[in-house]
Amino acid sequence: MERVFSAIFSTSFFVSTLKLTTPILLAALGAIFTDRAGVLNLNLEGVMLAAALGGVLGSAWTGSVFVGILSAILIGMIIAAVLAYVGIYLKSNLVLAGTALNLFVTGATIFVLFIVTGEKGTSTALKSGKIPKLNIPFIKDIPVVGKLLSGHSVMTYFAFLCVFIASYLIYRTAIGLRIRAVGENPDAAESVGINVKTIKTASLLICGFFAALGGSFLSMYYVSWFQRDMTAGRGFIALAAMNLGNSTPVGTMLAALLFGASEQLGNVLQVMKVPPQIVLMIPYFVTLVGLVLYAIRRESKIKKLKANN
Amino acid sequence: MSSKTIEKRFDAMKTAIAILISLVLSFALVAIVSDDPAEALQTFALGPLSNLRRMGNVIELTIPLTFAGVAVSIMYSANQFSMITQSTIYAGACIGSWFAIYVTLPKGLHSAFVILMAGIVGMVLAAIPAIMKVKWQASEVVSSIMINYIIMQFTLWFLLNVYKDPTAGFNCSYKFKESARLTKIVTGTRIHTGLFVCIAAVIFGYIFLYKTKWGYAIRVVGQNQEFARYSGIAVASVMIYSQVIGGLIGGIGGGVEIMGLFQRYTWEAPPSYGNDGLMVGILAKYNPLFVPFAALFLAYIRTGADIMSRITDVPVEFVNILQGVVIMLVAAEMFLAKWKHKLIVKNAQKQEIAKEAAK
Repeated sequence: MERVFSAIFSTSFFVSTLKLTTPILLAALGAIFTDRAGVLNLNLEGVMLAAALGGVLGSAWTGSVFVGILSAILIGMIIAAVLAYVGIYLKSNLVLAGTALNLFVTGATIFVLFIVTGEKGTSTALKSGKIPKLNIPFIKDIPVVGKLLSGHSVMTYFAFLCVFIASYLIYRTAIGLRIRAVGENPDAAESVGINVKTIKTASLLICGFFAALGGSFLSMYYVSWFQRDMTAGRGFIALAAMNLGNSTPVGTMLAALLFGASEQLGNVLQVMKVPPQIVLMIPYFVTLVGLVLYAIRRESKIKKLKANN
Repeated sequence: MSSKTIEKRFDAMKTAIAILISLVLSFALVAIVSDDPAEALQTFALGPLSNLRRMGNVIELTIPLTFAGVAVSIMYSANQFSMITQSTIYAGACIGSWFAIYVTLPKGLHSAFVILMAGIVGMVLAAIPAIMKVKWQASEVVSSIMINYIIMQFTLWFLLNVYKDPTAGFNCSYKFKESARLTKIVTGTRIHTGLFVCIAAVIFGYIFLYKTKWGYAIRVVGQNQEFARYSGIAVASVMIYSQVIGGLIGGIGGGVEIMGLFQRYTWEAPPSYGNDGLMVGILAKYNPLFVPFAALFLAYIRTGADIMSRITDVPVEFVNILQGVVIMLVAAEMFLAKWKHKLIVKNAQKQEIAKEAAK
């Protein structure tokens, strides 16, 4: 037990937690936009997976990490656009459309991988780029703090910056206002001349942008290759983080950190001979409990509002 | 002709067109990656018919897909989009196997007991997202997906730590007792008596959903929850029992599958019965009577793809692409909607003219 605690309260635990949080946080921030627009987006998983492959291919072909990330974003947003078209314009049930698109992406990524590399499992045959680490001058030389704050990947810093960007977009811009209006009451929004379909599509595309960044992190920093099904449910964990964070950027960030920490806790316990299967369940258990906690909080809020009226 | 019959015919047409489009798409994909497209396509399309054993494979695969499809049909008819079918089948098979190894019962009775236990496991699992939804309004979609990941790890842990046979040389359970296994009914194939359980599940599903008041309540809730509430249907209990009964059928399917085809429990990575059940259910329009046909279709394609991937170089995963496209197109309300409107308008005009002429 003591060993567990000493492992948790160490700088490496913190650093790894931030690393594991990054993709979840990015996708969860994206999920805020769709949730606020009243769109149930089950497609984070598919967007992330497609973007992970897109990033690897883009950077392998051009030799540039930046182009890799751009192509990840492009592919991710294309997948998001497909969901928007099928779910919103062709009026398919969003659960079914999202699940179907995830299935499609699972198959399509393996297919594309096979066409490009001749392999069906991983893209290790390709020489793809890696997102660089950022060492902050001066801060990196401070003893403990330096290790905590400096030396993370550029994407990790950007992910936490995105918490503010997302806040700004949602609360301070016209598109954010429209997204919230559509989510809260689509009929009222329509009556004041907001095109509900356009706004919902926009929310999906913004979400696709963030989730694609998360996906690119998986294949361009977490490991430096693409692997089939490499998202392993992170899209759904991100969805749960957004739910747990009550669809607010800061709350979502805290929830994403919780999930990142529980994943890292799993890694620590695994080293200590706890069966890996039990350990790998932890993030999903935390998510289930989180769903219930969120729901209980929401209920009590509604009750309070009713009591005030 | 009333516009209702037109709508029904149109629905069937739409499904057929969606299947056709996705088949053409997958043929094109195969043609792109294969060195010898003609041979690949021929193996894909005709491979399952080439000998008795492969025809048997199609039927063997149809059985679990049918269970999954019936389970999905019952849950989704109530608009409860639980993804739990994956887990119910998987965990049903895993826990059911334990009873096949450690319980002693006479032949036949033992199989029934194992399958029943698997069904109970399915019921319990399916109840979790249902109760979370009713009690706390937690989305059954997200919670059931989380449970799927937990069960995936749990079953592997169970296999490795509870009944792993250390002498076997690979990760598998001890051998099932012969008394628990289902009997083969067609020589030269592995088709087993589970086929009859499967047929019974289809008939039960149909009667339950379309001929009982509980099934009626499920369908009303599925079409309009508010209407159901105002007409006095206990919506919460409908939500729960639709999912629990779906879970029961999924679990039974898992038990039947493992007792029918296997001598030991060996599933280290989950077969994708959940998503398969989703596709089968949608193609069957959530009507259990149509489920076996949809299941047969998917089983045929999967078997064909499997044979093709072994003989040629085409990855078997292209079936996922096909499945994704089929589900999206069939579920899309507005797909071909203009055509439908035209048909209905034309029909109405015809009727007007006929009325005028009759005067």
